[in-house]
Amino acid sequence: MSKVYSLSEAIAKFVKDGDLIYAAGFTHLIPFAAGHEIIRQRRRDLILARATPDLIYDQMVAAGCARKVIFSYMGNPGVGSLRIVRAEIEAGNLEWEEYSHFGMISRLQAGATGLPFMPMNPTAAGDLERVNSKYRQVIDPYSGEPVVVVPALKPDVAIVHVQRCDADGNSQIWGIIGEQKEAAFAAEKVIVTTEEIVDENVIRSDPNRTLIPGFIVDAICHVPYCAHPSYTQGYYDRDNAFYLQWDEISKNRESVKNYLDEWVYGVRDRQEYWEKLGEEVHNRLKVTPRLSEVVNYGSY
Amino acid sequence: MAEYTSPELLTINAARLLRDGDVVFVGVGLPNLACNLARRTHAPNLVMIYEAGIIGAQPARLPLSIGDPTLVSGALSVCGMYDIFALYLQRGNVDVGFLGGAQIDRFGNINATVIGEYDHPKVRLPGSGGSMEIAAWANRCYIITPHQKRRFPEKVDFRTSAGFLSHRKEREEAHLRGGGPQAVVTDIGILQPDTNGELILTALHPNKTVEDAKANTGWGLRIASNLEFTEPPTERELTILRDELDPQRIYLKGGE
Repeated sequence: MSKVYSLSEAIAKFVKDGDLIYAAGFTHLIPFAAGHEIIRQRRRDLILARATPDLIYDQMVAAGCARKVIFSYMGNPGVGSLRIVRAEIEAGNLEWEEYSHFGMISRLQAGATGLPFMPMNPTAAGDLERVNSKYRQVIDPYSGEPVVVVPALKPDVAIVHVQRCDADGNSQIWGIIGEQKEAAFAAEKVIVTTEEIVDENVIRSDPNRTLIPGFIVDAICHVPYCAHPSYTQGYYDRDNAFYLQWDEISKNRESVKNYLDEWVYGVRDRQEYWEKLGEEVHNRLKVTPRLSEVVNYGSY
Repeated sequence: MAEYTSPELLTINAARLLRDGDVVFVGVGLPNLACNLARRTHAPNLVMIYEAGIIGAQPARLPLSIGDPTLVSGALSVCGMYDIFALYLQRGNVDVGFLGGAQIDRFGNINATVIGEYDHPKVRLPGSGGSMEIAAWANRCYIITPHQKRRFPEKVDFRTSAGFLSHRKEREEAHLRGGGPQAVVTDIGILQPDTNGELILTALHPNKTVEDAKANTGWGLRIASNLEFTEPPTERELTILRDELDPQRIYLKGGE
């Protein structure tokens, strides 16, 4: 049976109210289109996990989709504060669970490798471990020294955006690869959104670049420009102007509502959103090609 | 003497602390500018690595976020987030880390998490990101910050990352790989830890006074007996910063 769905079908089928969602991507390849589709389908009580919640979770929290966030750096990258998540936390309206980057990514690493927890060397800072009881200390049975451990994170659904995959979901990513692979292996269900669906032979021509094998993927959605205002290396640039603009929009409820009405509820899908952005934005985000040298795998 | 802004002064003094061949865990903003300035002056073999998993970046334009695609194109290597923290930082392959935060206390501990109570935050800050691990495991840490009393309390509200804790001995007993904060570069001067791990004023920038430093520090700031004065920014340093690295003055404009 084909695993290729429209994004709206995939969200309807795989994302349930109350799910723990990990929409992956460290600044790069953030699946904004999937976040917008979840908002349009009015999912509620989600637990939103990401190392950096970024604007995608700010928007989902603003739209009322979340009851909790799990994160390690809650800012608008390169700009400043992540205003909606921050305000909801300060107001006591949103639960949160917090790690350092290494703690967060170690939780995913444990989830992805089937381990119950992951050890890390102590950092002695202490306070984050004091306020988050999921951080524990255990004794290394070999040296007798303490190590810090965090439990496996196993999202109900991981959403991963990729440059290209084949119709079975064998997915290739380049550029910043963040925690995409770990999120996919840790999750129960995996939705891949992709800039391009390519022939299996294209994937087979460069197997080292395949980070996610098709057999762990549940849904494949062809969504060009899925990552805007984040970016896809080699396809389009990060829309830094929008990250600055969101800093203004998110200063008050009215402008956030207007934004969601116009750019999320007011469009059918990502294609309509991208067309609505218009030529000036399209041109501004165009990327000049810079190709790698071809590698020789050899014929055997 | 050339005119310069406060961010220029901070960046130039931070750059001078870097050594040729250092492997530096870089953030965007002033640390990124400081590293690129050092690379173009006294440290051509500096290796810049970013928490996004990029090793040996050579950004062709000014990166505007920690995951800017310009950091990837032309880099030596790209790895996942787990690997950058585990293989590079935890394993001890990072010489220098740059840190910042809303509060830095007498013993160089940093708060980047919350002002007020953690459970009922008065001001919720972005949180640790990678700073908890950088502060523990980079061989040397440098902090760049404007010098203001509210940023330099006796004790931080929340200890996001470790300086010398309550005393240099306490850090030593924790057996952390890294040496802790080596210098805090401010717009007034440079603070460095003494033998107890307490930050004291070791250098003043041109036209700044001991009184400026004391008045803007939240504890009884002690002054090194051999207090030094930093060299003013040179024309060459300013030209590289202004013409090559941040021509649009995104990070270098005056004010905070």
